[in-house]
Amino acid sequence: MQLDSMYQEIILDHYKHPHHKGLREPYDAEVHHVNPTCGDEVTLRVKLSDSAGNGGPTIADVSYDTIGCSISQASTSVLTDLLIGKPLDHALRVQEEFLALMQSKGQVEPDDDVLEDAVAFAGVSKYPARIKCALLGWMAWKDATAQAVNGGKIS
Amino acid sequence: MSAATTFDVERVRKDFPILDRQVRDGRPLVYLDSANTSQKPRQVVDAVSEFYERHNANIHRATHQLGEEATEAYEGARIKVGQFIGAADETEIVFTKNVSEAINLVAYAMSNAATSHASAERFRLGPGDEVVITEMEHHSNIVPWQMLCERTGATLRWFAVTEDGRLDLSDIDDLLTERTRLVALSHQSNVLGTINPVRTIADRAHAAGALVLVDAAQSVPHMPVDVAALGVDFLGFTGHKVCGPTGIGVLWGRRELLDALPPFLGGGEMIESVSLERATYAQPPHKFEAGTMPIAQAVGLDAAIDYVSEVGLDAIRAHERELLAYALDALATVDGLRLLGPTEPVDRGTAISFVMDDVHPHDVSQVLDAEGVAVRAGHHCARPLHLRYGVPASTRASFYLYTTTAEIDAMVHALDVAKRYFS
Repeated sequence: MQLDSMYQEIILDHYKHPHHKGLREPYDAEVHHVNPTCGDEVTLRVKLSDSAGNGGPTIADVSYDTIGCSISQASTSVLTDLLIGKPLDHALRVQEEFLALMQSKGQVEPDDDVLEDAVAFAGVSKYPARIKCALLGWMAWKDATAQAVNGGKIS
Repeated sequence: MSAATTFDVERVRKDFPILDRQVRDGRPLVYLDSANTSQKPRQVVDAVSEFYERHNANIHRATHQLGEEATEAYEGARIKVGQFIGAADETEIVFTKNVSEAINLVAYAMSNAATSHASAERFRLGPGDEVVITEMEHHSNIVPWQMLCERTGATLRWFAVTEDGRLDLSDIDDLLTERTRLVALSHQSNVLGTINPVRTIADRAHAAGALVLVDAAQSVPHMPVDVAALGVDFLGFTGHKVCGPTGIGVLWGRRELLDALPPFLGGGEMIESVSLERATYAQPPHKFEAGTMPIAQAVGLDAAIDYVSEVGLDAIRAHERELLAYALDALATVDGLRLLGPTEPVDRGTAISFVMDDVHPHDVSQVLDAEGVAVRAGHHCARPLHLRYGVPASTRASFYLYTTTAEIDAMVHALDVAKRYFS
């Protein structure tokens, strides 16, 4: 069935049993993003820590609350699995890789090593109306992280 | 076919080539998104093609034969529209690109009244004045009034919506007062399907001294609409929802109001005389039609009005009433489905919005699409209304003259597939 190329088992699993869901303390920055075409919303918090050992900060926590479809909920859940505990520079690279995958119109072979479970969203990139759903949490994370890096001074 | 004869949906469908399409791996298209935009009959497509192939020229400017033919076609469309909605004459018909532009035209012209001549006094708003809308409006009938209130210092108020999807008129005496300058409301909700008691509200608004604008985007395609019977001052509708092309909309206004209303867009063909210091303006409707207008689209709208008139709006309405009753019954059998809007087929059109337990509207519409069923998911440009019902979005099915009960069956079947898929 054609639907299965979009709704991979991994996506449905994350949708039905989201990881790291809920808003937690402490956090350095919080953002609220909406998908204006459908009204879906995410509130997302990022906590950075300095203890990466290599001098750069680490993603200590990503917590979130969402109202949205299976794709937006699952992609935010996968994001937390991929990014929590990772060095910031690595996390940014994963985000860029995911963005490139979603803009690929299904033409790019995703890099399993970088994207792990997020490769399941390759099928979504073939449906223009759903790309924003998959990116909602990721764009919120990028925004919140940028604010956290700037000391939370920019709101 | 004639309205007097029996309505034959299969015969109507033959006029719409797109309905023969297959989508998503060979499934027959089930198009249930006509409140978004209607499909176009061959007669409309042919009229637009013929205009471009035989008569194309700019209007009101060219002195050659093609210019005359194009002008006649465009002005003929204006006459056709005027007759279609019961205007006093065609000078009350202003072409726009859509209803949004029609509403913005009135809203911006009203704020232009602040610096215009004395006869525009009645359109001037300021602090203490009120504009009244409703909670069920499309964003196109909310945002222009918010912006007008921001520019002028006037206050925006609104009628609430009841749990069963009707306007709450219980506080009408509080809402419509001597402070009310304009009431703007939809004739038929694009989400709930509710047909509003426009005449009742218009009479009360007029008694309070207010002007009344009605957004008829969702009613004009589906029922006979007569501006005099509605008793309003301005009415907007759009061509693409009534089997016509995109890019052509209509603002109707009472002539004495269009005479006094300042222009919105300035430019070519809306003037009487121009010097470098100032300009005087053409008579309505040309005063409101700056620049080259959507000429072929007006010709297409003319053909669309001919088409729906020939089928008969009464016949279309009767057909849609049958579809509505059938669909409401069919959807009542779907477990976990909640309708937004009236559940009875009374004072109600055929836009049917709903939410399903545990399946987001985007996911519902994706599964339906995979089954060949085209519906709309989201807030349908009516976010305040969705907030009222405590949901971020809904799925909307909407019908037109070419819709069949078999297509409604296909949707109900696809809804079962969606439920199973996400359970």
